Amino acid sequence: MDDTPRNADFDVALTMDAAQPPVLDRTVQGLLGTAMDRPDGPLKVTGTARYAAEALPENLVTGFLVRATITKGRVIGMKAEAVEAMPGVIRVMTGHPLLRNPAQGQAHQAPEQILPKVDYFGQPVALVVAETFEQARHAAQALVVTYEEEVAEVDPNAASQVDKPKASQLDQGDLEGAMRSSPVAIDTTYTTAPHSSAPMEPHASIAEWVDGRLQLRGSYQMLKHNVAELADSLGVDEARVRIHAPYVGGGFGSKLGIAPEAVAAAHAARELGRPVRVVMARDQVFEMTMRRTETTQRMRLACDADGLMTALAHEDRVSNLPGEAFSEPTAQGTHFLYGGANRRFTHEVARIHRPCAGSVRAPGEAVGMIALECAMDELAEAADIDPVELRIRNIPDTTPEGGQPYSERALERCLREGAERFGWSQRRGMAERLEGDWWVGMGVAAAVRTNMMEESIARVTLRPDGTALCETDMTDIGTGSYAILTQIVGEMLGLPREKVEVQIGDSDLPKSSGSGGSFGAQSCGSAVFLACQGVRKHLAERMEVAPDDLTLRDGRATGGNRQVALTDLVEAPMSAEGHVKPGETEDNFSIAGYGAHFAEVGVHRDTGEVRVHRMLGVFSIGRVLNMKTATSQCHGGMIWGIGSALTEEIMHDPRDGRIVNHNLAEYHIPVSLDVPQLDAMLLEDTRDDQANPIQAKGIGELGISGAAAAVGNAIRNACGVRVRDFPATPDKIFPHLPDVT
Amino acid sequence: MDVTITVNGTERKLELDPRVTLLDALRHELGLTGTKKGCDHGQCGACTILVNGRRINSCLALAASHDGDEITTIEGLGTPENMHPLQTAFVTHDGYQCGYCTPGQIMSAEAMLREAAEGWPSYVSKTLDADPTLTDEEIAERMSGNLCRCSAYPRIREAIAAVRDARNATKEAAE
Repeated sequence: MDDTPRNADFDVALTMDAAQPPVLDRTVQGLLGTAMDRPDGPLKVTGTARYAAEALPENLVTGFLVRATITKGRVIGMKAEAVEAMPGVIRVMTGHPLLRNPAQGQAHQAPEQILPKVDYFGQPVALVVAETFEQARHAAQALVVTYEEEVAEVDPNAASQVDKPKASQLDQGDLEGAMRSSPVAIDTTYTTAPHSSAPMEPHASIAEWVDGRLQLRGSYQMLKHNVAELADSLGVDEARVRIHAPYVGGGFGSKLGIAPEAVAAAHAARELGRPVRVVMARDQVFEMTMRRTETTQRMRLACDADGLMTALAHEDRVSNLPGEAFSEPTAQGTHFLYGGANRRFTHEVARIHRPCAGSVRAPGEAVGMIALECAMDELAEAADIDPVELRIRNIPDTTPEGGQPYSERALERCLREGAERFGWSQRRGMAERLEGDWWVGMGVAAAVRTNMMEESIARVTLRPDGTALCETDMTDIGTGSYAILTQIVGEMLGLPREKVEVQIGDSDLPKSSGSGGSFGAQSCGSAVFLACQGVRKHLAERMEVAPDDLTLRDGRATGGNRQVALTDLVEAPMSAEGHVKPGETEDNFSIAGYGAHFAEVGVHRDTGEVRVHRMLGVFSIGRVLNMKTATSQCHGGMIWGIGSALTEEIMHDPRDGRIVNHNLAEYHIPVSLDVPQLDAMLLEDTRDDQANPIQAKGIGELGISGAAAAVGNAIRNACGVRVRDFPATPDKIFPHLPDVT
Repeated sequence: MDVTITVNGTERKLELDPRVTLLDALRHELGLTGTKKGCDHGQCGACTILVNGRRINSCLALAASHDGDEITTIEGLGTPENMHPLQTAFVTHDGYQCGYCTPGQIMSAEAMLREAAEGWPSYVSKTLDADPTLTDEEIAERMSGNLCRCSAYPRIREAIAAVRDARNATKEAAE
């Protein structure tokens, strides 16, 4: 980065108001879409990649957060002097600007700062800073805090304050009438447990003020928003905050917004004039970052004798702390996946004092699709129609609520090709397949995830030595940003991968969408694509040909009957910025990723234990940017589906709402033995030209959407037990297992 | 207190607070941050290292109790320019996503392959005495102490299986 004014002549801006031509199908480098290894791979596998907590600046001290041990009330005393007298302890800090909880995704402003008030059990109430980690931890544990307690409501079903956001309620046609008059109707209620993102890297920050400017090494997903949130929390100008996040050890939504450890570290570093490291302990990650809300979802579905749906109602209750704008959009996918003229949606947010609820991988569909796709299975059973067939019959021509056309949508293909590939025709009737001690059955579910594209800027520079530099504040949280940005630049500028350098994870670079909501690759990738178009235009001028007549491959430009090496063509760095913004296509079209999940499970005839034997996911997301990393995303989503189907459950103490199982021994994410070798297939020939100029949609969240329902439906087929309270732990299954004699 | 450990072949003399874990001695004192802290409770495996050739969770070990021990960390296995076969296989098979659990997975895999070569059975082995064949299920069981929230498990197992096959081929060629 330097301060030389840049030539903006070749910058390219695009607002997505119309379908875009498939330029990337005409380029010839052959890098995009391939299963290229991640460029950051060698650093990650050798332990060389440095994550947020891993710098050791001079004079570094350590802060340890202290958690509230009441649910609601206020801190009235803190014996700070006692711990400040302990060896190595420097300072106890409480009050402003410490955060109640992290910022919600894209909040762009400080989250609640309410100390001395306390709103949930586990809320940060203080930071203890000491010379070493051991001293800080010990002092934090020894700190005596006294409180004035208030009565707190913690049960979402009994909450006295229940918000009903107006925009989330819908009544269309005559739901009750259609339920009464249809030959097949079901009315069923599902519940899902709260989930934790549980990224392997705990939330961590090292804060250092250099010449009055904060340098924060953090583990964050969306840097432009995080800078704004951090600056607002500290009461400083955004220009005085810079965040570095070159490697992020998993996010899944929990690192979307600035979190308590960053503000605490920055505040302490400013007060003490020394760099401060604050890393959340694992129990603090469970308590002080976002959980996914529990849900209660009443589903009413009806169809005629041919299986055509006549009614669809999805009514849910979720929860969050008072004052939080976010509420799980449980029914998001239900609005447009299936038809049915008579529809009802209600959405209730119980205001309770459990830890903050926010985005966890695929907010909305991850749990909403459990209820919808299990209810579809119930409807198929009641109508005596094959569940794959029932779904295909109810794919609407236009959206059932607004009459919008759909953009690329290969749902039927995913269902049909998936059924064929999985051997769906071999599925037997309910509880008909007992193999040894195990009931075996198959289940299906559709996958859908709303697609979003967010404003993004990126800069690409082609250098005289024939290499290119791509710069943006994008993050790579494991998704493969380094890989796909390398590929887009290489494809557009005709360069092999080793000639492309990608610099991301620095908030001083051009502002991208960041990572979240499955929009990172397509949004940031589109900005990089546009920047490359600018560079191509510049090159075309140098070659004296029209941009469309320019071919770039392996470091050589061809056009107008001549071929020139880029090293000869580029005398001074050629730089261009790409800037993409969402526009009318997202209003005029329903844009989403689609897929189908198939699962085969075994249910133990005595214990009710469920093992997933096989699982197939077929997905359509438009252009696949990197087959290797995209497939890994599919695996990740499907395995999260297995977790939410069978084991994952935050348990709240019913008395005070605290998270009882706030560790990885008692909150059960899937382990290797819980997961079979998966079959994940991405359709390679689909393109969504309404989504963005690279025709690609998100994949990070589609893989989880519907996956747990396929497992639940397979349990039903295997042993006849319909679990409606997820996760499907053995206690919910074995009392209902069939007798075998 | 004074503690001497040999880390990746180099003797390191440290003066430590007795509360310092082996993990924090590596990360905070020696700057060897390739070994990761995921939970600090022995529940996730991100901190797996080799002590005298065996895998342990370094977060559960006090440095002071390992005076005189030989330690191997991910930094001792290979470098970006000269990767260990497991490291290469993890890259080729995309046996990671965010990369945070990866050093622990690789250290655990290296020790696990040695354990299997020595004939150790596991929970899923059919018998306790026969040489176990490292099937996909055996690898899954033996690697289940290493959590991966990105859920790269299928490809972690493929990467390990590729190294298993290469070692078996070398062994057969030698016989």
